Amino acid sequence: MPSRSQLVLLGAILASLGVSLLSSRINPYYLDVTTSVGINIILAVSLNLINGYTGQFSLGHAGFMAVGAYTSAAVTMFAGPRLLQMTGSNTFTTELLFLAALLAGGMIAATAGVLVGAPSLRLKGDYLAIVTLGFGEIIRVVFRNIESLGGALGLNGIPSYTNVFWTFSAAAVTVYVVVSTVNSTYGRGFLAVHDDEVAAEAMGINTTRYKITAFVIGAFFAGVAGGIYGHFKLTIDPKGFDFMKSIEIVVMVILGGMGNTVGVVLAAILLTILPEVLRPVADYRMILYSLLLIILMLVRPQGLFTFTRRAMPSAKVGAHGK
Amino acid sequence: MTEFLQQLINGLSLGAIYALIALGYTMVYGVLRFINFAHSDVFMIGAFAGFYSSRALPDASVAHGLTVLCIAMIACAILGIVIERLAYRPLRARSKLTVLITAIGVSLLLENLGQFIFGAAPKRFPQIFPEKNLTLAGGMTLSSSQIIVLVVTIVCLVSLRFIVMKTKIGTAMRAVSFNPIAASLVGINTDIVISFTFGLGSALAAAGGILYSMNYQAIDPLMGILPGLKAFVAAVLGGIGNIPGAALGGLLLGVIETFVNGSRWSTYTDAIAFAVLILILLFKPAGLLGQLEVEKV
Repeated sequence: MPSRSQLVLLGAILASLGVSLLSSRINPYYLDVTTSVGINIILAVSLNLINGYTGQFSLGHAGFMAVGAYTSAAVTMFAGPRLLQMTGSNTFTTELLFLAALLAGGMIAATAGVLVGAPSLRLKGDYLAIVTLGFGEIIRVVFRNIESLGGALGLNGIPSYTNVFWTFSAAAVTVYVVVSTVNSTYGRGFLAVHDDEVAAEAMGINTTRYKITAFVIGAFFAGVAGGIYGHFKLTIDPKGFDFMKSIEIVVMVILGGMGNTVGVVLAAILLTILPEVLRPVADYRMILYSLLLIILMLVRPQGLFTFTRRAMPSAKVGAHGK
Repeated sequence: MTEFLQQLINGLSLGAIYALIALGYTMVYGVLRFINFAHSDVFMIGAFAGFYSSRALPDASVAHGLTVLCIAMIACAILGIVIERLAYRPLRARSKLTVLITAIGVSLLLENLGQFIFGAAPKRFPQIFPEKNLTLAGGMTLSSSQIIVLVVTIVCLVSLRFIVMKTKIGTAMRAVSFNPIAASLVGINTDIVISFTFGLGSALAAAGGILYSMNYQAIDPLMGILPGLKAFVAAVLGGIGNIPGAALGGLLLGVIETFVNGSRWSTYTDAIAFAVLILILLFKPAGLLGQLEVEKV
């Protein structure tokens, strides 16, 4: 008997399949914005596991996204044509190829997550933030130097495989995995690490393992989001995955409320649609953005959509407020 | 050998600029224990303050150059104090993360205001000091701007050392850095000390901004990001919170970077600072001259 959350997941996937089948009738502009919303939901929710639930402030999420984007683009561009020739090219095989490319992107990004997570564990707070930022920059410089992946010019001519179905199925899976992980018995460890590392360790929680796990899961989904992004924009270059991109994702998490998945999803939707609405005042957009961030921290540091001390999981554990 | 020495000189003059910026990071970290992300943008504002004030003093002479330098330093000192007063002081009792995010917000605000007011296109930084190349024994060249960078840095470092070690406000700074609660118990006004620290650090960043623009000649509103991050790495390398450490880290990083830039790995120059950061945090997290703090429950 599937649980309620599994039913919700199934429903979301079916709904995105339905919208995807109807996509030829929808205005392409709305379709574009919708796809961007989906990608940002994946990014923000996966970062929320690291920054929000586990409390490890990471500023390198765009780096993981870059790894996923380049890996999956390489799979579809370099290995794809040969594989399709072998199996015969039809809708089913190309979709299967895309799925494989996304998973490959996620896996390699997760590996990068281990590489970043392991040394970063000795650090806390602002040190960790700056090291993850540094890792993100290193990843970018490395891609700039790989000529076979286009170097500084980037990779062009990525096949257009992204559609609403893949984007929102991936978003639904991300939300499902993050929420059910955090709500599981095992997942309480993330919250314990967030609340008080020393106390968590004293209770026998392996804080190192939890931190690495958070980084790996977060990086995996960032990689998948990168793959979807690449096959949506059809061109990627190292500049698109810089520090500003990471900050954009961080702002979504903060605005939604750290450790509040529903809030973060709402914030991702809001912050993707807002720039479209604000097009007439595009020059002031980034100024407003940064002012918003400062004012939010001064008056509502818990995020726009968080109303209790810890929105979701605390209901079951009788929260002892500090 | 000549090439080695030439690179060393180039490295030291780049490192001197990193050192000036790194001092601001380290001093603020010393008193408040947080990374002032906006510091790199104060550096950028310093360069623009120099750019605009040099219009009033068009010809290049030592006196005019020093005036431009002073104007930029004073402007940035005021800016630093204002930022602290408006954005950071209300958050003094909040979690470190909140302050860090606010600092990122202030940094973005300065960058975007800069793009809006100054324009996003790079501007050519005028010559404010007379330009001359000296040829040393063995064919090495030493440009006058390199000499100015080194002289200004040394003067700044010596006066900073004097302020911190010999004056009353410097003693108060060290006291706040050592233990803010105990410092306020013995009658030190921590708010004034923190404002002063921000002013001092921002003035040094402005000096760094002018010197940097003199050497690279192009300035734009996003110019602070990379030197700022590297200077932060320099501060960590030397041991964050430690003033001589920041100077040492800056010089060291400048030299390392110049040598990498001269080798066949030159395309990786921008990544090298971060690689250094990761290595230092893995093997000596307290930095070269810093002392490890033991966490107490």
